[in-house]
Amino acid sequence: MSLPFFVKPNKMFSSLRGLKRWVLGVCLLSVALGAQALSMAQARGMAVGETDARLQVLNQVLQQADAASVAFLQALTDDRVKVLGDTVWLVRDGQSFSPVDGSVQPMPEDAQDVVSNNRMRGEIDAALAALKLLSPDKAVRMQAAQALIKEPDAAKAPLIAKALANESDASVGQSLRWAKAAMDISSPNTATRARAAQDLAQAKTPEVQLLLNQQWAQEGDPAVKAQIGAALRDIQAALAWGERWGVVFTGLSLGSILLLVALGLAITYGLMGVINMAHGELMMVGAYATYVVQGLFRQYLPGFFDAYLIAALPVSFFTAAMVGVVLERGVLRHLYGRPLETLLATWGISLMLMQAVRTIFGAQNVAVENPSWMSGGVQVLANLVLPWNRLFIVLFALLVLAAMALLISQTRLGLFVRGVTQNRAMASCMGVHTARIDTTAFALGSGIAGLAGCALSQVGNVGPDLGQGYIVDAFMVVVLGGVGQLAGTVYAALGLGVLNKLLEGWTGAVLAKIAVLVFIIVFIQKRPQGLFAMKGRSAEA
Amino acid sequence: MFNRRGHLKSLAFAAAVVSGSLIAVQPVFAQETIKVGVLHSLSGTMAISETVLKDTVLMAIDEINAKGGVLGKKLEPVIVDPASNWPLFAEKTKQLLTQDKVSVIFGCWTSVSRKSVLPVVEELNGLLFYPVQYEGEELSKNVFYTGAAPNQQAIPAVDYLMSKDGGGAKRWVLLGTDYVYPRTTNKILRAYLKSKGVKDSDIDEKYTPFGHSDYQTIVADVKKFAAGGKTAVVSTINGDSNVPFYKELGNAGLKAKDVPVVAFSVGEEELRGVDTKPLVGHLAAWNYFMSIKNPANDEFTKKWGAYAKAKNIAGHKDKPLTNDPMEATYIGINMWKQAVEKAKSTDTDKVIAAMAGQTFKAPSGITSKMDEKNHHLHKSVFIGEVKADGQFNVVWKTSGPVKAKPWSPYIEGNDKKPDEPAKK
Repeated sequence: MSLPFFVKPNKMFSSLRGLKRWVLGVCLLSVALGAQALSMAQARGMAVGETDARLQVLNQVLQQADAASVAFLQALTDDRVKVLGDTVWLVRDGQSFSPVDGSVQPMPEDAQDVVSNNRMRGEIDAALAALKLLSPDKAVRMQAAQALIKEPDAAKAPLIAKALANESDASVGQSLRWAKAAMDISSPNTATRARAAQDLAQAKTPEVQLLLNQQWAQEGDPAVKAQIGAALRDIQAALAWGERWGVVFTGLSLGSILLLVALGLAITYGLMGVINMAHGELMMVGAYATYVVQGLFRQYLPGFFDAYLIAALPVSFFTAAMVGVVLERGVLRHLYGRPLETLLATWGISLMLMQAVRTIFGAQNVAVENPSWMSGGVQVLANLVLPWNRLFIVLFALLVLAAMALLISQTRLGLFVRGVTQNRAMASCMGVHTARIDTTAFALGSGIAGLAGCALSQVGNVGPDLGQGYIVDAFMVVVLGGVGQLAGTVYAALGLGVLNKLLEGWTGAVLAKIAVLVFIIVFIQKRPQGLFAMKGRSAEA
Repeated sequence: MFNRRGHLKSLAFAAAVVSGSLIAVQPVFAQETIKVGVLHSLSGTMAISETVLKDTVLMAIDEINAKGGVLGKKLEPVIVDPASNWPLFAEKTKQLLTQDKVSVIFGCWTSVSRKSVLPVVEELNGLLFYPVQYEGEELSKNVFYTGAAPNQQAIPAVDYLMSKDGGGAKRWVLLGTDYVYPRTTNKILRAYLKSKGVKDSDIDEKYTPFGHSDYQTIVADVKKFAAGGKTAVVSTINGDSNVPFYKELGNAGLKAKDVPVVAFSVGEEELRGVDTKPLVGHLAAWNYFMSIKNPANDEFTKKWGAYAKAKNIAGHKDKPLTNDPMEATYIGINMWKQAVEKAKSTDTDKVIAAMAGQTFKAPSGITSKMDEKNHHLHKSVFIGEVKADGQFNVVWKTSGPVKAKPWSPYIEGNDKKPDEPAKK
């Protein structure tokens, strides 16, 4: 099983013991290959000059394969090498070392950074992978073998052969055989190529697909070409599921964002009948609250920066809820039962909120960084990487939904909200303080909008017009799902998300959005009450 | 009687002196300053890129005023915010030219904003300096284009990606925001790639709307497309959509050595809000990078750093960054000053005539020259790779300045178009 892709090999050296074992392995390798030590001239040759010349020296050094060369190559990958004139230094933890013997050497202030372009970096990575084939650590060997499948190079054949001979683990051995096949696929011998194509058909990854496609484009022999074609079809069939799940996941993640955005509106519009055009701005308030919490953590608690998001959740909920309470008590209370006035008033308030944010924070976007546990992704299939931030948002949306459903169905507050929604007069007769319930329900809806804003800050830009991009989507989801029902909102959000992403794959982002809008318009014409309509009679029209 | 006459005389004399001095003083007040219009979005999706250009104009104006101004008069900036709203650009231009009576406008970023402004500026015979790289296909008498034409940015970038050092790309994804600049540039690139033997099936064009932030599907499509052969992505995404796009690239693990992405509208400023460690190796093509080492650039970046600190400019006061459109703005305003001094007037037609052949020592290291006829600068081309600190490492450059071809030879019918603005 491969490691998550973002765990880079150099993380293996965070423990000194790991480094020592690895260097021991390399020493064994270098003894096996008859090693010489890295010289300053060689180090300089790899650091400066034209890429072709640097690569020549790299290949020379690869044959030597001593511990110093390996450390130097690793430093080149990490951009920790500096040069001035004919001298080269490795930099680590603020100290400078000689690449030849690792001794501490003083470095002048004006030493230049060594920079490598993409091609150089790719070759260095391949060279390091080749050298890591004899690491005592199985995970490192596996990763090295897979890197060599990706970038086959005939110069590394003897290293691979040596590693195969000594390999004990079955899965690493299989990867090594594939690495050998990846080299053989461009061999001048036809039979070798045919056998390599057959072998590679078993390795169902996009990297092998790329290799086979490249070979297919330049293949002369028809039998080998047919063999490669068959292998490609096999791999495509295996990867097809990865693609399908990928589309489903992107649809789910868009759906979860739509759900978060629309859930608050489902309460205020669906349950209370208030058309709140400032809903997008309540989300923006939540997003900016997250930004402020991030700033506070950065200034006062830098060690706990990764936890700022957890702290930001209640802060954005309550900030948005407070704004909602002020909005409800100040303006909406006087406009119940008058939807057009409510619409106008809340639209005006949305403009005021946007301008207030522009005045306090500036008109430009503000940078909200993802905490480290939200960056990167997890590789579930060979061609499917699920980004952590979207996974967490899907989880978060489900949690919020569950909490909301529990609140509405199991608690007294939820009972009162339902009661007031169904029959205000009767609920009032039963002793429910309808005005207070209105405020609480509106605050709840606004708070959830704040939570949505917090989630949005992790995937998109945070600026004064963050809300404008989502208000239309929010209303579409609520109207499609059916007013007064939470279930409808859920189905509508997920359905629209998946539909949008399916269409985007075929027609592109712009047309997909248009198509979804047209679909909703047609659907509402045919079924104005939405997906899930409120059954039974209601006292108010 | 003598007293009254004497009084009357002295009264009349005093009145004459006072009115005479008033008449004498007023014209001097009215002609004290030359007004300079600044037409950049300070809010909306393009604010991330354009706000810093407004500050660059203000810095240059301060610098020019400190040296005595132009023709003995100080420059006075008139700043408006068209808020990334394209029709508002045209309205603000009209306001600048008719109400504020500016002598020159420095502004616009997106081509759609420039296309909105163009008829206004041509009708009112104003002068616009446009500092951003664009798609060509335009040559107006009233506009000076200090940014790159496609042959000074897009074509050399594609050449580099096809070369061995650039990765030897065989398949191409042309990804852009949906408006005139990416559509036209991709049309030119398609024709260019076709002329180099690339099949239509090896080119994939994708467009997203302004402000789009969900790039999962697109990055997944790019990965799938890349399995068919060595692929490079040419990105003409504009505005703050770049931030979620690069975040998604980083999260999905699309490394630059596998699928290099070259962007034409992403510079040091757009990368400010992005974690650049997973993006190391992705590319941008410009005519200037902050990391270029030469005395003129050192002076320019130092000047900007000091100005940003003094004026408390958000972001730049702690981490000053310079980029290509800032350099183009700086060159533009200095060349305009030189042209006004040469023409001894701010009259639009006289300045246009005096702009031909103007030179200026540019921070990119060359002596920038305004072409005698086609209103474009001769520019050197640099290709840079993103470094972990958000700066660019120059991996390739032209040996010297390249003359602009605003009418791209890769679009049919352009060979008949003259290399100078049509005479009105």
